[in-house]
Amino acid sequence: MAEGKSVIGTQNKKGQTYTDPWYMLHEAPRTPSFFTGSEVIKEAIRRASCDVMIAYPITPQSEAAALIGELFAEGYVGDYFRGESEFAVMSECAGAAFGGARVFTTTAGPGTMRAMENFPMWAGARLPIQMIVTCRGINSPLSIQPDTLEISYLLNTGMLVWHAETAQDFFDWILKGYMVAEEPDVHLPLALCCDGFFVTHTKDVVHLTPADMCLPPYDPYRSPVPCMDMECPPVRMMRDPFVMKSNYISYATHASWQQEVWAAVERSRKHTIHWLNGLIDAENTDADILIVTSGTAVSQGREAIRLLEDEGVRCGLVKVKTLRPWPGDEIREATKHAKHIFVPEFNVTGWLAKEIRATIPNSDRVHAGPHVCGGMTMPPEIIVSEIKTALGMRAMSLAGRGS
Amino acid sequence: MSKERIKIAPEFFEIMPPEYQDLVQRATFGKEDRGWKDIGTTKELIEEHSLCAGCPESMAFRYILASLPNPEDTVMVGSTGCTSLVFPHVAVHNIHSLFGNQNAIASGLKRALTVRFPGRIKDVVVLAGDGATVDIGLDMTLQAWFRQEKFTTICFDNELYANTGGQESGLMQKGFVAKMAPVGKTFEKVRLPEIARESGCHYVVQCTVSKPSLVEKVVRNAVFVAREIGPTYLQLYTPCILEIGKNSMEGLQEMRDSEKPTERFAYREYVSDAAKQFLAELAAKEKEKKAAAKQLAAQEA
Ligand SMILES: Cc1ncc(C[n+]2csc(CCOP(=O)(O)OP(=O)(O)O)c2C)c(N)n1
Ligand code: SF4
Repeated sequence: MAEGKSVIGTQNKKGQTYTDPWYMLHEAPRTPSFFTGSEVIKEAIRRASCDVMIAYPITPQSEAAALIGELFAEGYVGDYFRGESEFAVMSECAGAAFGGARVFTTTAGPGTMRAMENFPMWAGARLPIQMIVTCRGINSPLSIQPDTLEISYLLNTGMLVWHAETAQDFFDWILKGYMVAEEPDVHLPLALCCDGFFVTHTKDVVHLTPADMCLPPYDPYRSPVPCMDMECPPVRMMRDPFVMKSNYISYATHASWQQEVWAAVERSRKHTIHWLNGLIDAENTDADILIVTSGTAVSQGREAIRLLEDEGVRCGLVKVKTLRPWPGDEIREATKHAKHIFVPEFNVTGWLAKEIRATIPNSDRVHAGPHVCGGMTMPPEIIVSEIKTALGMRAMSLAGRGS
Repeated sequence: MSKERIKIAPEFFEIMPPEYQDLVQRATFGKEDRGWKDIGTTKELIEEHSLCAGCPESMAFRYILASLPNPEDTVMVGSTGCTSLVFPHVAVHNIHSLFGNQNAIASGLKRALTVRFPGRIKDVVVLAGDGATVDIGLDMTLQAWFRQEKFTTICFDNELYANTGGQESGLMQKGFVAKMAPVGKTFEKVRLPEIARESGCHYVVQCTVSKPSLVEKVVRNAVFVAREIGPTYLQLYTPCILEIGKNSMEGLQEMRDSEKPTERFAYREYVSDAAKQFLAELAAKEKEKKAAAKQLAAQEA
């Protein structure tokens, strides 16, 4: 992009108009459309002015990756190819981002795990790549079913990690994700997670922005570290500063760089609040009982709250939208009055409950659970039963239902 | 293509480090006929290095950097290993990301540069050790070739993992006793040049770096062919004098000994038909240019 010249209002080669992102995402008219989550990913990328997308199939993300291939064939994406493995794909994404491209990729479960070495490298190299993680089981025996265990591994990579509840979140957050990740004071990769199948393969009404509007292109020269294209002076230039096991100064250099990456995660907070309208959504936080969770467990929580209301039990809800940055202050504030905090999760370890416990005072208020894992669904009745049991109320025996 | 891009604002000239002032005033950016003969007379694109004294990798680096046809638009990709100690001192943009993923990084990089600068030449050159190229990164090395990615891969073959202290590598000779090969390596040196040919590389050379003019020729050919035709591969013997028990003055002789016709680093070259035709056209153009220059000089005289 030429310095100082705005592209807003001009057209790309597909005839889409580069639109002010705030206007496009908050004010432009929306069309309700009945789409799967995977189709929604495609629609978001159609509007994202992506330069490069690299793919490797793994269920349940394959469909989204294939649909973006169609977008490439139509000319909406600069380049697209299938890499040789997730480790390679994430490295290829890194190469493209080093070269100044806006990059998108998707993966799931074992793919995320195989690629893992790349993620702290992405963050350390300040590459604002966006990766959709459509969560599924990672352990043996092999499962393709949704399970959010993999998110816990991403939490300490230095990436931004957001957890979408619905396809609508997905559509908006993919586009907003680039806005946050590419801020010069952030410039970090983003893992935008969802619970596979529940979001990717179910149809829902999603309100889409006009297809003839798209985000302004990425400007790699707003990066806080040099873009690798030889367009700026080559001063013995390496990405990133290479640190070897030699002396105290190199240790200090590495240490300060790591801290800078995490400081950038913190700095993303203000931009994320601006774009996502807060890091959490909260309802009825004056209730004694709260459900605090992320992803589709939020939807199940909402249903559980309705069921509890029928029985005269009042329960509030906190939807955690971003895991990195971690909304510690927000959760502390929202849980101030709660006597009991329930954290339903689609994984066996309860990583979200641990994060919440580590954040709030009187953490024995936190009931970690219910947990479902290995791809099981989470009927709202399970949440209801967990809450009632913890409160000493008589809970229906689920096993006996219908007998 | 000129030094314009590295010009220093006059107000800042004095406060820039002397190495950078030198780079602006005496480097070979923008010089079309740059080559190894510039070494010692102009500012080199490598400042210094922290390799062992006399390590042939350091010679190889100097020759390669002096030979890049278009350094002002070249990005290099390295990998973890002894080579990665040198890259911070190199005056072209370079990327170190992980161990073994260099050809994947280069694939993404080359494609991004092609999307961002349509119609402009941007060369990408990978330079990594044999462990990175042939062992941990072999999958990505080969797949980049299968996909016909348009960049050059250079392997510094020192027949072992030097940086971690001399462990067995795929390019090590059979029988060599090394760390992690306590009874001697049990399988043959991997025949990567042949695999490169079969995998779709259009220009493949195996040689030592004992002769700078030869290194210059093969590097230029490899970069030109990669630019226009498809992937190219150079495998250069850069012995790890430390691990084979030689002293700093013995690296050159080690290379000379091992490039004899019967030895394992005898010069070997493969050029695809497309690359042959392209290189012939290039040579013809070069000849024409030289003849025209000669004629002009004669007229002016
Ligand atoms: C994933 C991973 N595994 C292992 C290492 C450790 N490691 C660093 S350098 C190296 C060997 C490099 O050997 P080679 O590529 O032949 O280069 P050389 O040092 O011989 O020039 C190894 C194994 C690493 N950095 N990353
Ligand atoms: S360890 Fe071997 S390859 Fe590495 S710098 Fe020393 S001599 Fe060269």
